[in-house]
Amino acid sequence: MLAQWLQDTFGFSAEFAGGAAWLIIQGGLILLLMVSLLLMLAYILLADRKIWAAVMLRRGPNVVGAWGLLQSFADFFKFVMKEPVIPAGANKVVFLLAPLITFILAMGAWAVVPFDEGWVIADINVGILYIFAISSLGVYGIIIGGWASNSKYPFLGSLRSAAQMVSYEVSIGFVIITVLLWTGTLNLTEIVRAQDAHGWNVATILFPMFIVFFISALAETNRPPFDLPEAESELVAGYQVEYSSTPYLLFMIGEYLNIVLMCTMTSILFLGGWLPPFEAEFLAWVPGVVWLVIKIWVVFFFFAMVKAIVPRYRYDQLMRLGWKVFLPLSLLWVVVVAGYLVATGRYPL
Amino acid sequence: MLAAIAFYIFAAVTVAAAVMVVAARNPVHSVLWLILAFFSAAGLFMLLGAEFLALILIVVYVGAVAVLFLFVVMMLDIDFAELKRGMLEYLPIGGLIGVILLVELGMIFSVWAFAPEAGTLAAAPAPAMAQVTNTEALGHVIYTQYLYAFQAAGLVLLVAMIGAIVLTLRHREGVKRQNIAAQVERRRKDAVELKNVKPGQGI
Repeated sequence: MLAQWLQDTFGFSAEFAGGAAWLIIQGGLILLLMVSLLLMLAYILLADRKIWAAVMLRRGPNVVGAWGLLQSFADFFKFVMKEPVIPAGANKVVFLLAPLITFILAMGAWAVVPFDEGWVIADINVGILYIFAISSLGVYGIIIGGWASNSKYPFLGSLRSAAQMVSYEVSIGFVIITVLLWTGTLNLTEIVRAQDAHGWNVATILFPMFIVFFISALAETNRPPFDLPEAESELVAGYQVEYSSTPYLLFMIGEYLNIVLMCTMTSILFLGGWLPPFEAEFLAWVPGVVWLVIKIWVVFFFFAMVKAIVPRYRYDQLMRLGWKVFLPLSLLWVVVVAGYLVATGRYPL
Repeated sequence: MLAAIAFYIFAAVTVAAAVMVVAARNPVHSVLWLILAFFSAAGLFMLLGAEFLALILIVVYVGAVAVLFLFVVMMLDIDFAELKRGMLEYLPIGGLIGVILLVELGMIFSVWAFAPEAGTLAAAPAPAMAQVTNTEALGHVIYTQYLYAFQAAGLVLLVAMIGAIVLTLRHREGVKRQNIAAQVERRRKDAVELKNVKPGQGI
């Protein structure tokens, strides 16, 4: 329709008008997705602080707007208005590149996330691999940020982060493989459709992998109790120490976008994505995106509760959990799931 | 048209980044350029329609191998000027090797031809691309036709891994280690003893 209009108004050729219309529509969709994501992020941040406060019997942010609802926006303006300070010894280009990498990668991963049947910007058939690849790149923002600051604590933080994220990626990879085996596809939309047919993955033999994925997601996004790269009591703020103003804001948004992405991935891989919790007439008219957002918030609530309740791991304990517990367990489960599928004849040899 | 533009962009970035890997003064910058080269090579794979290979290249090389490169290079304490001083001396030798490789590649390419029966051989095990995805087609070929080669490659990697562990493993005496099982097994009655202390007597 837009292509037709472009063709009539500007006299474009049919092919060019088609391409232009596609560009405009995709651009608009991407913009819409970014704005709604950032809006949700503002409230995810607030919820994080509110839940944390409630567990500690504090009030949390409650001054800006009713119940502190505008706190995140106030913080945003505060960060943007401040002066960006670049340390004299820093490697300037790399120093400014690091937060950009974190932010752009965190945003880019959302291109393949299906919010409802057909509500996806790029429905590529290796969607889950794409998200895995992008999230494995996320570590670069942190490493080179810490290195370019040319200062002790950021450097220690980035070293810790590099080892931690590489370790937990391995078990996340195996968890993803079990889900792939179970659903038989790498496309995120197909994964949700498979759960429509066979029931949510969390209620199947994959349940232990749901737990492993949740904990690995905490480690992968540097959330407490695995926030050693930025442990404030030992490294001040780790790789973020030298950052201020907008570069810091980009790091912060990137980190929370990754957290929300991990919540979304948990919802899509295990909790049935946009599917309603059970089949019922009165639930059918609720748009799928509402269910997905509700699931994201529920998973995030657990992320926030873990942050409030669990004490920080020691670094060797973190490594032990990743390499000696999760890796063998998830590897074993790949074999178990594959064996189960062959034994029950879902995948005939 | 768009694909051609994308190809030239990715190819140019790959070559430029590869040159910068060698030319950059700072080793950390070299690794960052290497990452860019990997990334644009993945873009080239993507243009060929091999999206599985492209993403595996990113996951394995960029996401894991290059992280470890960066990890090692960042921790090295080296005099960058010293390191780069010999570059001009070695440039002719490196250039010569490059030219030889290029000539060899050119010679191969000039006589490149498919055997007449190659088309039928390749098509036999792999299902047509229109029916299955790239990933499935790759899986079919690797786990049927090339199963032994695939297993052998896995075995070689395993041997390399065990070798690296054997070479670096050191058992130190007298190191206190945390025994998680012992800690979990510990019960209240093993650790806490309640004493009824009478007033004015002490224990």
